[in-house]
Amino acid sequence: MSTQEIPEENLPAGQDTAHGAVKVADNPFADPGLPPHKPRVQDIDERAAKRSERAVAFMFVLSMLATVGFIASYVIFPVDKNVYIWPFGHVSALNFSLGWTLGLALFFIGAGAVHWARTLMSDVEVADERHPMAATPEVKAQVMADFAQGAAESGMGRRKLIRNTLFGALALVPLSGVVLLRDLGPLPEKKLRTTLWAKGKLLINMNTHEPLRPEDVAVGSLTFVMPEGLSEHDENFQTEIAKAALMIVRIQPEDIKDKRELEWSHEGIVAFSKICTHVGCPISLYEQQTHHVLCPCHQSTFDLSDGARVIFGPAGHALPQLRIGVNDKGFLEAHGDFDEPVGPAFWERG
Amino acid sequence: MKKLSARRRHPLAAVVVLLLALAATGGLYAAFAPAGTAKADVTAQSLAIEEGKKLYSVGCASCHGTGGQGTTDGPSLVGVGSASVDFQVGTGRMPAQQPGAQVPKKKVIYTQAEIDQLAAYVASLGAGPITPKEAQYDPAGADAAKGGELFRTNCAQCHNFTGKGGALTYGKYAPPLDGVSPKHLYEAMQTGPQNMPSFPDSTMPEQQKKDIIAYVEAVNGDKTVSPGGLTLGGLGPVSEGLFAWIFGLGALIAVAIWVAAHTAKAKKS
Repeated sequence: MSTQEIPEENLPAGQDTAHGAVKVADNPFADPGLPPHKPRVQDIDERAAKRSERAVAFMFVLSMLATVGFIASYVIFPVDKNVYIWPFGHVSALNFSLGWTLGLALFFIGAGAVHWARTLMSDVEVADERHPMAATPEVKAQVMADFAQGAAESGMGRRKLIRNTLFGALALVPLSGVVLLRDLGPLPEKKLRTTLWAKGKLLINMNTHEPLRPEDVAVGSLTFVMPEGLSEHDENFQTEIAKAALMIVRIQPEDIKDKRELEWSHEGIVAFSKICTHVGCPISLYEQQTHHVLCPCHQSTFDLSDGARVIFGPAGHALPQLRIGVNDKGFLEAHGDFDEPVGPAFWERG
Repeated sequence: MKKLSARRRHPLAAVVVLLLALAATGGLYAAFAPAGTAKADVTAQSLAIEEGKKLYSVGCASCHGTGGQGTTDGPSLVGVGSASVDFQVGTGRMPAQQPGAQVPKKKVIYTQAEIDQLAAYVASLGAGPITPKEAQYDPAGADAAKGGELFRTNCAQCHNFTGKGGALTYGKYAPPLDGVSPKHLYEAMQTGPQNMPSFPDSTMPEQQKKDIIAYVEAVNGDKTVSPGGLTLGGLGPVSEGLFAWIFGLGALIAVAIWVAAHTAKAKKS
């Protein structure tokens, strides 16, 4: 924009400084200083001060009584006694009295201290002045001279062997800390990609702990199974079931839209991982008419009649399906492990 | 035989024949008498089916079809069994007021006798789960702790850990289990009403259902005691956290403001 287009009088330089001048104080940022001190009633009236003293002492005594009440409640009330107290409903007498007495004991210590500080302790305003932080030139020169003298006396520059070995020692010391980081491992290796499921493993009903037969699984029913050989008493049970947890539902084969799902099922009995592919919540809110499975954590919804495709929510991929069949004794068995890692995605999942 | 035929005019022959005839009659009667009572049972049963069919034509046929074959408004009732009818009608869910995501529980409009007749009719359409006897669902003596484990494995994902219910997709929900009778709890597990999956005896035996009923009665029954009081709906950390953040922190902030707003100076400015 060129200045020629703007009328002369509208330009800042064109304004008449004599008319628009504002009177500025000598220093607009001058320290206004502290307001005058105002006394409290307790500062003027000794009787009011006495009253405050008694009030504070009264609160501390109440706190003492509450503590005595706490100990008394602990002794008096049996652990299983329940009473009705409005508006709390039926509560354990012990819990209720312990909570209130301890709460009041702490509250009155605090309330007394606050009242004491507000009414009786000194309330004179105090200002702490700031000072420049830099040292004076004399001090600086002295420090530099001391340092130079120390360096010369230590012989750091002259005795190179000592200097170099010291540097070596200092450089190696942090390695101890680095080595300890090994305890963060070991790396998961293949553990995120494999589960306990393997070819020929029977599907064990988690209610009855019996192997499942296809005729046990009714259309519209929901069953949770774990791999044969795993027991709730095993030390690694939680680690293993967190990957191997499986839900079994039966869908009329003609309702299954996904071709591979039907192929991997046994007469409509399908087995899907129970671990949500978003962040790994156990997911089994199954609606038998819509065949939807809902995750309670973030509402990811999967359609079990269509390869457990994600139809809503933040989950990134479908629930992995386990290929199942029937062995020669008539029990349901796995045809191998999942063909993809179960649960949430991870960096190297691919 | 000659001897026997030679004695046919013996004075005692008539007595022997009479005795044999009496024995035969008695034996035949003994053989056929139970059939008579069975016939009476069958008649009572068919009478119930007849009555049930009449009730069905009035209350159910408009959605489920005249023969229970189902229409676009309601599913087929062939093979759902008497337990389904006892649950759906006994909790007031059926007859449904209006179509929707889920048919809610409401006032029961049929008597138990009428429900039994309806159940008999629907059961006659095709074999399905039978209304349980009291010995099957009575939770007395069942193991509530074991029931708790089973409940957390099979039910808690939708119905909450203490049976307070929860939300599902697109307006559907798992109803709270407060005040649901043991019989209806049993039937719901057996039949899987609406969108609930079923838990048949083959995967969850009768004793385990009893254990679950005992657990639900223990944690969500009339006599359930909550030692903490103020359950806030029993929904867990969500409602409790909300209460602590709003009322707990709110009270602390209010006290802090009150302390700061009231000056201790003698002359108020």
